[in-house]
Amino acid sequence: MQNPQNLQNRDYWATLRQAYGLTLDATAPPLVRSLLSVGLALVVFGLFLVIIGRDPFDSLVTVFQGTLGSKVGMSEVGVRMIPFVLTALATAIPARVGLINVGGEGQLYIGAWAATGVAIHLGTGHTWLMLPLMAGAGLVGGGLWAGAAVLLRNWRGVNEVITTLLSNYVAILFVNVFVFGAWKNPDGFGYPYTSDFESAAIFSTIGGTRLHLGLILPILAIIACYVMFTRTRWGFNMRAVGGNAEAAKRQGIPVAKYLLVAMIVGGGLAGLAGMGEVSGIQHHLRPGISNNLGFLGFLASWLAGHNPVTIIAACFLLALIFVGGDVLQLSGGLPSAASLILVGLVLFFVLGFRRPVRSPT
Amino acid sequence: MSTFWIVVSGTLTGAVGPGVSVLYAVYGELITERAGRINLGLEGCMLMGACFGFIATVETGSAGAGVLAGMAAGGGLAAVHGYLVVYRDANQLATGLALTLFGGGITAYAGRDYVDGIISGLNPIAIPLLADIPVIGDALFRQDILAYLAYGLGPLIWAVLRYSRWGLSLRAVGESMSVAYAAGRDPQMIQMAAIILGGALAGLGGAQLSVAFTHTWSEGMTVGRGFIAVGLVIFALWSPLRAMVGAFLFGGAIGLQLQLQAVGAPVSPFILDMFPYVITIAVLAIWTGPAARAMPAGLKSVLRSG
Repeated sequence: MQNPQNLQNRDYWATLRQAYGLTLDATAPPLVRSLLSVGLALVVFGLFLVIIGRDPFDSLVTVFQGTLGSKVGMSEVGVRMIPFVLTALATAIPARVGLINVGGEGQLYIGAWAATGVAIHLGTGHTWLMLPLMAGAGLVGGGLWAGAAVLLRNWRGVNEVITTLLSNYVAILFVNVFVFGAWKNPDGFGYPYTSDFESAAIFSTIGGTRLHLGLILPILAIIACYVMFTRTRWGFNMRAVGGNAEAAKRQGIPVAKYLLVAMIVGGGLAGLAGMGEVSGIQHHLRPGISNNLGFLGFLASWLAGHNPVTIIAACFLLALIFVGGDVLQLSGGLPSAASLILVGLVLFFVLGFRRPVRSPT
Repeated sequence: MSTFWIVVSGTLTGAVGPGVSVLYAVYGELITERAGRINLGLEGCMLMGACFGFIATVETGSAGAGVLAGMAAGGGLAAVHGYLVVYRDANQLATGLALTLFGGGITAYAGRDYVDGIISGLNPIAIPLLADIPVIGDALFRQDILAYLAYGLGPLIWAVLRYSRWGLSLRAVGESMSVAYAAGRDPQMIQMAAIILGGALAGLGGAQLSVAFTHTWSEGMTVGRGFIAVGLVIFALWSPLRAMVGAFLFGGAIGLQLQLQAVGAPVSPFILDMFPYVITIAVLAIWTGPAARAMPAGLKSVLRSG
């Protein structure tokens, strides 16, 4: 993203930072900057814990034991990573061609809706048939929903940031129309959710944990993205379109088509995340299945610089924070909102300390 | 009165309450965008305003203190955005969304003991004579003080942007930072001020929602109003006067939805809820030409279109 020129020199701040050895800007390698940023966020969060009267070191130990320190904890981190990785790729792929997809949340809902439609209307009883059909429905649903934003852009020049942002709410309400209406479970005591899926439409779990075979979806998606970005002509052309669309057009690259396909693929992966959630975790569709998964994926992709490999690390970090938040909630009564606070802090530090300071123009 | 007129006057009455909170957020986003920046964190600023406005009203017993606390909370959160995007060159869209999540987390934590509390807060004051006008009187002139303030603020912002030295500086920065710099202004300081003021206005909108309109606080109660404000600013082509029309159309869609539900219209309320979002997108698709011309040049790097 191009920012307007930065005009004022930052001598004062540069001096101050050098004085404290905090050269988080251009001179430090990206990994060091990222780790320092996360570390600073943790320090600020630790201060927050002290203020509300908790022992930050105690909390850290509890979080470690409840996440990386146990099999169940590890599996929970994996469960959380599945949708994060997919919705992060839903941002990273369009970003490759210079599009900004803020609509992962809505695309996830539409994918979940499409997969649910298959699950409750086309019951075949065969796992090998149901899961691919549902995954396909999720992909197509999320993809078409996202693609509409690029059609509006290509056709009428409407910016995709606003359309994808606003369409999130349309998608959430669209799902409500069904779960409060035609798809409502008649045996659900009036609660707004669909009937439970047949067992053929559910991802099996692994080793007695909640981790489910939907795990292969993000793994395949990461590999496919990596290969596409680094080994294929499409990947190369995508980069050309993202770098300078006008130049790419003069090279004979069909820019409009690239934009459309990149957004459809991205939206499709967000839709797949929705399919994974209903098939692997919820086993039915209800309102609020996502709870910010799409927005968090968007931010994970920004944390990772839209790189499919570093996205794994960013999503791991987010998953760790959320599972850790759950652990603290269960053990110490810390409200689950604390996870969002820490995620916000991490993002502020990483986003604020990543870009090299440009020379004054 | 026939059912039709009951629905019409009910819609108008129902439009102003939710419309006013959005209107403040639209004013805030508009000022931010006229200075060449965008703040998707306005949703978080509104939540901060709603939460801390409510808490301060409960704790001090004064709705005025609540409104001020809401403004301070919204402006304070926006200051984080301002520092990161103006002085640290962070990506505005990502920072804005992070701000929204952060605001959601802070308010869920801070407001947890206040959920579903009821306060008397600010109550409607009828303006003599005007409130007795049929159909529109009740809707427009039997409102709380913040609604009247919002009516006046639109023309005021319009005039300040158009005629004052501050307004000129702000618009100049939004069009070209380097030209404004060359003219002796401090573009970063001006953008920072615009972002903080924008957050404070969104916080005021949030406080209106909790202190004057619903008289209660619940987690995530703004449900995307901060985001719709971003859309409405474009709908309004960056004009504070058109922003008033847009915000009340949004409020009208909510009011109409409630009325149709009340008279038992056979339409899913969720479909009616979609109207504001769908209409905003439709208007953007239809008005592309004017939108491109009216857009501050500084925004084009973010909101450039195909």
